[in-house]
Amino acid sequence: MTDSRLYRWLRPWVFPVVLVGAFEWYARRAAALGSDALAPPSAAAKAFMGAATDGSLWTATGFTLGTAALGLLLGAVLGIALGVVLGLSRRAAQLGSVSIEVLRPVPSVALIPLAMLTFGFGVRMELAIVAFATFWPLLVLVQSAVQQVEPRLLEVSRVLGLSSRERAFKIVLPAIVPRLFVALRLGVAVALVVAVTVEIAANPNGMGYAMMIAQQSFDPALMLAWLVWIGVVGFAVNAGMVLLQRVVSRRMGVQP
Amino acid sequence: MNGNGNKDRIGLNRLGSLGVLLALVALWWVASNAGWVSRVFLPTPQATFASLLEGLNLAGGDGNGELLGFTQATVGRMIEGWLLASLFGVLLGAAIGVSPQVRAWVQPTLEFIRPLPASALLPLAISIFGLNPGMVLFVVAFGAMWPVLLATVHGFAAVEPRLSEVTRCLQMSRAAYIWKMGLPNAMPDILAGMRLALTIALIVAVVGEMIASQSGLGQAILLAARAFRASDLFAGIVLLGLIGFVSNALLALAEQRLLRWQRP
Repeated sequence: MTDSRLYRWLRPWVFPVVLVGAFEWYARRAAALGSDALAPPSAAAKAFMGAATDGSLWTATGFTLGTAALGLLLGAVLGIALGVVLGLSRRAAQLGSVSIEVLRPVPSVALIPLAMLTFGFGVRMELAIVAFATFWPLLVLVQSAVQQVEPRLLEVSRVLGLSSRERAFKIVLPAIVPRLFVALRLGVAVALVVAVTVEIAANPNGMGYAMMIAQQSFDPALMLAWLVWIGVVGFAVNAGMVLLQRVVSRRMGVQP
Repeated sequence: MNGNGNKDRIGLNRLGSLGVLLALVALWWVASNAGWVSRVFLPTPQATFASLLEGLNLAGGDGNGELLGFTQATVGRMIEGWLLASLFGVLLGAAIGVSPQVRAWVQPTLEFIRPLPASALLPLAISIFGLNPGMVLFVVAFGAMWPVLLATVHGFAAVEPRLSEVTRCLQMSRAAYIWKMGLPNAMPDILAGMRLALTIALIVAVVGEMIASQSGLGQAILLAARAFRASDLFAGIVLLGLIGFVSNALLALAEQRLLRWQRP
């Protein structure tokens, strides 16, 4: 019995361990042949410890996570506000549809040069792009969530004579909380990916830039360390959101 | 008569929403022409339009046709990478998804790699392959492969158990099972994954062009911004938006046709 539990616990780790082992062997052989493009995972682990002790790891991670969170906040507030309006009023939804269809497919990275021109490098440009990228999925998901609010709830609000602001805050927003968290989970994933992408492409701050600069200074060990760390941070943030969503939907009495 | 009135109303709403878009463009026109926003950041719509015409060689002979070539390069990269991603995503996904054993061993690793931004692989790919078009294509294909791969695995894992029993009763071979049960069942998932993959392919292609300075719209808009040529920058953004819009619409259409058998 304990045997099979151990087996089950170990099973997911076998494949990555084999991959890392193969990479270690390959990188060492390449290094022996005089290539400096790759570093074995053991060297990457050492580089990672170095970055963690001198603090550069934490500043860069903090910058990326903080900017992604602020951008998500901005995009989410705007997206939710417009989503509620478009979800409640069918006429507004129809009037806005063509503009949304035209603007939504603009790839967020296309705005990197524009944001660079407008804001220069730093927090603001990254913020603007993250907000743009998270605005659309939240708008669309919130709009459809509001459209699926139980019609009887809206009738109650009409009978009670609530103003439209009270209706939005007291009836609609609480009713869509479980679906809102699904949308926010998607938004978090998008925000993190876009933030790292902006840093790789242009912004000289954060985790993406740290990886870029490690590559450009021919430090493959540090670059690999950053790549794995970005993966770990992304995984942890997403896993945290899944957990949060599960807790919220259980509180709200929704079967997951 | 009722149906006619409905149709009229839909037409009217369509007109109304077009009007909203036109109003937005008018706002842009006023804001840039009246100088509310500096023209360094916000060119006038007519300047953007002129840049588009010149770049696409539509102005009647005197255009340079630069944007046309860039657009072709970017669209080509996006589509090549997307096709590769779809092919390998479905093949690998089917190989992993068809056996619960393999799934149990490999899927946790796949789930770990999923949230990794595709563009984060660019530095690694640059140091392995160097700065060349093949490197960008590789990253585009690799980044766009994940949604297809994971969707295929999920589609295969979600085959109705009774259907699997039927194939066992009929003593179908594994290849026949994949072809006749697995793939049709995973089709909606695969198509949804491919749609996401196309978006990712465009994004990674643009980022790749920016970093690796491969000729394309990504590089063009970056250079335009560095040289403060705002109208060229906006022309590039408009074209990228158009590419996203058209590719998404085409794929939605294809999806509708391919999944027609699912609807009663």
